[in-house]
Amino acid sequence: MSGFGVGASPARVGGRARVTGRQAYVADIRLEDALHVKLVTVDCARARIVAVDASAALAVPGVRLVLSAADLPDPMPRFGPQFQDRPVLAVGETRYHGEPVAAVAAETRDAAEEGARLVRVEYDELPAVSTIAAALAPDAPLVQDPSIRPGDPLAATNVLREHRYGWGDVDGATADVVVEGTYAFPMVTQFAIEPHGFLAAPDGDGIAVWSSIQHPNWLQRVIAGLLALPLSKVRVYAPDPGGGFGGKQHAKYEPLVAFIALWAGRPARLVLSLEETFQAVRRGAAEIRVRSGFRRDGTLVFRDVEANYLIGAYADIADRTVAKGTYTSCGPYRTPAARIVARSVLSNTTPSTAFRGFGNPQQIWAVESNMDEAAHALGIDPVDLRLRNLARPGEAFIPGDTPADGDWAKTVERAAELIGWGTPPAAGRGRGIAVGLKSGPTTGLSYSTVRLLADGSVVVHAGTSDMGQGARTIFAQIAAQELGAPLDWVTVVMGDTAVVPYDQQTSASRSSVLMGNAVLGACRDIQARLRAMAARLEMVTESDVVVDRGEVRIGDGVLPIRDVLVRGLGRLGGELIGVGEMRKEADPDHPLGGTAAFFEFNCTAVEVEVDRATGDVVVARHVTVSDVGTALNPTQVRGQDEGAAIMGLGHTLMEHYILDDGGRIRNLGAIDYRIPTSMDLPLRLESDVIEHGDGPGPYGSKGMSEGALLCVAPAVAAAVRNATGVVIRDLPLTPERVWRALHAARDP
Amino acid sequence: MTADMDPGVRIELTVNGRARSLEVRPNHTLLDVLRDDLGLTGTKECCLVGECGACTVLVDGVSVDSCLVLAAEADGSAVLTIEGLASGDRLDRLQEAFLETGAAQCGFCIPGQLMAAHALLTANPHPARVDVEEGLAGNLCRCGGYEQIIEAVLAAADRREVAT
Repeated sequence: MSGFGVGASPARVGGRARVTGRQAYVADIRLEDALHVKLVTVDCARARIVAVDASAALAVPGVRLVLSAADLPDPMPRFGPQFQDRPVLAVGETRYHGEPVAAVAAETRDAAEEGARLVRVEYDELPAVSTIAAALAPDAPLVQDPSIRPGDPLAATNVLREHRYGWGDVDGATADVVVEGTYAFPMVTQFAIEPHGFLAAPDGDGIAVWSSIQHPNWLQRVIAGLLALPLSKVRVYAPDPGGGFGGKQHAKYEPLVAFIALWAGRPARLVLSLEETFQAVRRGAAEIRVRSGFRRDGTLVFRDVEANYLIGAYADIADRTVAKGTYTSCGPYRTPAARIVARSVLSNTTPSTAFRGFGNPQQIWAVESNMDEAAHALGIDPVDLRLRNLARPGEAFIPGDTPADGDWAKTVERAAELIGWGTPPAAGRGRGIAVGLKSGPTTGLSYSTVRLLADGSVVVHAGTSDMGQGARTIFAQIAAQELGAPLDWVTVVMGDTAVVPYDQQTSASRSSVLMGNAVLGACRDIQARLRAMAARLEMVTESDVVVDRGEVRIGDGVLPIRDVLVRGLGRLGGELIGVGEMRKEADPDHPLGGTAAFFEFNCTAVEVEVDRATGDVVVARHVTVSDVGTALNPTQVRGQDEGAAIMGLGHTLMEHYILDDGGRIRNLGAIDYRIPTSMDLPLRLESDVIEHGDGPGPYGSKGMSEGALLCVAPAVAAAVRNATGVVIRDLPLTPERVWRALHAARDP
Repeated sequence: MTADMDPGVRIELTVNGRARSLEVRPNHTLLDVLRDDLGLTGTKECCLVGECGACTVLVDGVSVDSCLVLAAEADGSAVLTIEGLASGDRLDRLQEAFLETGAAQCGFCIPGQLMAAHALLTANPHPARVDVEEGLAGNLCRCGGYEQIIEAVLAAADRREVAT
């Protein structure tokens, strides 16, 4: 389809600013008279803070203040999306490597950095835990003080929460073949190329905060709560993030910068270094034991999962990633009996948080690797094994949740066809395939206002953060199509809580579906007003008027919307204002608090070449197929799908934190922590979509921005096994790990 | 003595065709000066160790990580930043191609990608795909949009250079 409407691929709205350097990211915003802030940390994972001596720092010309716990309210204000456990600054004790003890604010960045080096922190290093085994040991030191978890029966352990799901009778199930394994997924980091940035300034009798945040309205609530201000006095500006990937969902240092701005009575800015972002956000590591029972014909009869996720020192949204990521441990398969136990295990490490896939990539690495091992054990083709067990459209595959909302076999068959499954790979190569399923949002609330101006141009207000997924373009396409305006006559306003109505969050690949429906609703609201207007002008009844796709039709007559609008508004002009609201209601009886709005479903098939001398894995072909319902903008769909696939190759082949025994991250920063470059691409990458128009979003769309990342690792590991015969259950598949596995297999 | 008290260094730069005379701190990089002193914030800051390429600019036609160049070292040179790539309102062929292929997602790495690509096409007007992969190897894109970026560079190379 050509043009700019839904299903076309017009150039990204905001694209011109991105290719000319004019897009203002948070660090590009200059506030007059702003203080520069630098964090002060200590070089160990856990320490008792004895004293903070700021005298040398305060002697640096330009340093205006050094803030530590003693300067903040007592008790220390704490915040967090699930548990209010994170202090604005460490009080009494630090709990992970990089947790700020103090902050220096100065007239220049140089002075702030020098001041931060000169703050003398006297501390005693304390025993710390940075592995699952150490954190779960009976005599393990506690990561969190039980006093901040009153009434919690687990408060005297390092288990923050334990989740149990299941149905059927696992222990009573009869299986011909049981396949069991434990699979490990390391700590990895979001590594947005834009490091997190935070600004705050006194604003009349309130405060303004700028942040590269995915959830501006949530941040507004956090700041209002900490400062005891009404929401209306907290104005959050959320410039487009330069990549978020989950790491920018929730408040990090905005509260600290807000306290500094109020304390100093002037603006303050903190832009993290890349190294500091490693210490601020990461994905939870995991060790997951999977037992799956099958009948000889490949029918899955039970699955038994015990998952331990290593989260950090504060909960952030990590426990939710564990709860939601493991809830779908039976994948898209019909599973008569299931038992899932999942724990969020606290540790003295960077607080883990949301990261594209939201707890699922770890679980899917385990269960899909287990499926591949099952295929081998059963002597059944891995594609056939999956097709045999896949839920059919409409099938209730997770009791009490949304039934299968796609014809998922089509996705698997398409991926198999594209990779040439069933034909032999080139000599020396191996193939692997895996599927990924992820629950979409379980609750949601998005409002949009759309204004049809007197000349037929359109302003859309939407509180989504456009962090690269292209939400602005999608909303503009919807409004253009529904209101008959050219795309470049549509302006989408985002990122200012004083102007844009409430949106719950930008996460879970929700925005095209939830905010998209809100925008569509607002456009339909305007269409209703246009119908009334046309009926009045043409002296017909409203039921005789149809407004559709930018046109007003009365009988056989067709009028452009703009004609009706101009005549209807009359001499005073003005505008039509439409309001849209999209809710995904909670379900208090559901283990996750709500059913899935939709499922993301992807099948990834790869062909690899393994260098036996070095252990290097080259992905020769990478096929990703996602069920997207409807591709609202195929170019953007492709960009998100391919991007997710490449990001998946990162944690599959190269990414992991390396901690020393003391819990310090030893590979902080871009030199020692490698992410995929243009030299690490599959030799051939193919992305395709299945479009059945069966999603809950506008025009039958579904969310799709995470799918292609979900199952990259098990697909690649299966291909490595296919090429070499070795089974590897730990990520990443670095040359060293693969080489060792090859040698262990040769010299047992 | 603190950094703020260091005497400045006077340098002369031509930035995007415009002569600039500046007093800079001896410890400040070209990146610092472009962003903070000249307000050219299109050049981005990320890793500060020359690995991510977000700060790529051209110094006398050579693509460099501006975080690794002291401003004083750049004295006397001609610097081209993303702000100077278009001719007034008319986008460069690379910028057009990036828009057409959807190469700019979050956009944060894009100024650096464009400057590296510009240097590449200047040195090698008809690159093969592998040349583009190598030419952009120092520019990280965490959106993973490499395929669309490479397509854009190849498409731009196919286009006749617009006479200016």
